[in-house]
Amino acid sequence: MKKSPIVTVVAIGIGAALFFVLGRFVAIPSPVPNTNVALQYGLLAFMTALFGPLAGALIGLIGHALIDFSYGWGIWWSWVIASGVFGIIFGLLAKGFGVSAALAEGQFGGREIARFNLAQLLSHLVAWGVVAPGLDVLIYAEPANKVFLQCLVGGLGNIVTTAIVGTLLCVAYAAAKPKKGSLKEEK
Amino acid sequence: MRPIFNYIDRPSPIHRLTGATKLCCLLLWSFAAMTSYDTRLLAFLAAAGVAVFVLSRLRISDIRFLLGFVTVFMVLNNVLVFAFSPEHGVGLYGTRHVLFSLGGRWVVTKEQLFYHLNLVLKYLAMLPVVMIFICTTQPSEFAASLNRIGVKYTVAYSVALALRYIPDIQQEYHEISQAQQARGIEMSKKESLLRRLKAASAILIPLILSSMDRIDVISNAMELRGFGKNKRRSWYMARPFRPADFAAMGLCALLLAAAIFLNIHNGTRFWNPFI
Repeated sequence: MKKSPIVTVVAIGIGAALFFVLGRFVAIPSPVPNTNVALQYGLLAFMTALFGPLAGALIGLIGHALIDFSYGWGIWWSWVIASGVFGIIFGLLAKGFGVSAALAEGQFGGREIARFNLAQLLSHLVAWGVVAPGLDVLIYAEPANKVFLQCLVGGLGNIVTTAIVGTLLCVAYAAAKPKKGSLKEEK
Repeated sequence: MRPIFNYIDRPSPIHRLTGATKLCCLLLWSFAAMTSYDTRLLAFLAAAGVAVFVLSRLRISDIRFLLGFVTVFMVLNNVLVFAFSPEHGVGLYGTRHVLFSLGGRWVVTKEQLFYHLNLVLKYLAMLPVVMIFICTTQPSEFAASLNRIGVKYTVAYSVALALRYIPDIQQEYHEISQAQQARGIEMSKKESLLRRLKAASAILIPLILSSMDRIDVISNAMELRGFGKNKRRSWYMARPFRPADFAAMGLCALLLAAAIFLNIHNGTRFWNPFI
């Protein structure tokens, strides 16, 4: 089934709103002071797997920019862009690994879980290991070791929450979707 | 619930500017503050920002809540920079004037303090304009202005949808969370982190599944009304530019030009008073 482009527009809007609400108001306190667990990346991975890389990139960009805006420090471009980059790369990988297609059919078993998590691991590594710290040094001229540590902590947290929340969301979504061939003719 | 983007309706010259002007100015201003580390320019931006803040008839009490966040973030960032790289300023400015030592490798130098001054000024240069933008631009006009400055209207419409549905989703999250807590789900510090994450999923799953239905309903409604048929669309909240709009954009463009000029003139992004 081909999705209409309008669905993507709406999915980006609602996805960004969800991303914002999770990132801004749903704070699960973590053991590290002043740091909350970022659930929104689990959601971002799920939405990206379902609606494709373009939607993923824009949900990440818009959602993250709105969060930054609502805190009042303007937009921290380097991290906002990193969220967008995560969306693109993960979207492409999920498509390439066949996770997106399986999820749309309502199939999300062990094989898909493994591939989903491999894809999210790789995308988070690029986004928080290369893009975010690189841009921080380039744009804001901050000390490299400080931004790498910040991104390392943030990135590892994102990988863990995506692994747990993202996987659970996909499994729940697949379970709620009627399977192909689930209807049988009565004899 | 506290409104997140609190538009304050208090007529002023800044309120009368169109949303597109303010967005354009915000971008020019933030690029100027971002590219330059010239202390003189940053100090000027901070002072000018405060002047515009006064002109927009906002009060400190309007933004006290946001101010708290920014202060915490700024202090934390400065402490982290110093803790990890106490010699960063020395590396940037090329000289080393030791003031005193805090023990170990944490030696306070004039250069490092000057670098921190620049970091703080960068925040102060951005802070007033961001606050002004948030408080004087109506969220629905914001989406129209995105389209005005060249963002594709489908993307601008996504932003409009996000802003429209944030309060709804927030409300729905709240309801689901209360219902699940009544059924014994614990999300406070009393539980271990892993269980808290699982508890969060118990709230998220109903929220996401209902949001999927929402996406269907909204996109069907938009499709029925022929959204996306034409190359362009008009906006209810769009307003025509007036002379004041061009003046404001011109001034902000000059600021960015000044930042770029200083970068070229100084030969680096940093203004170095030590040599």
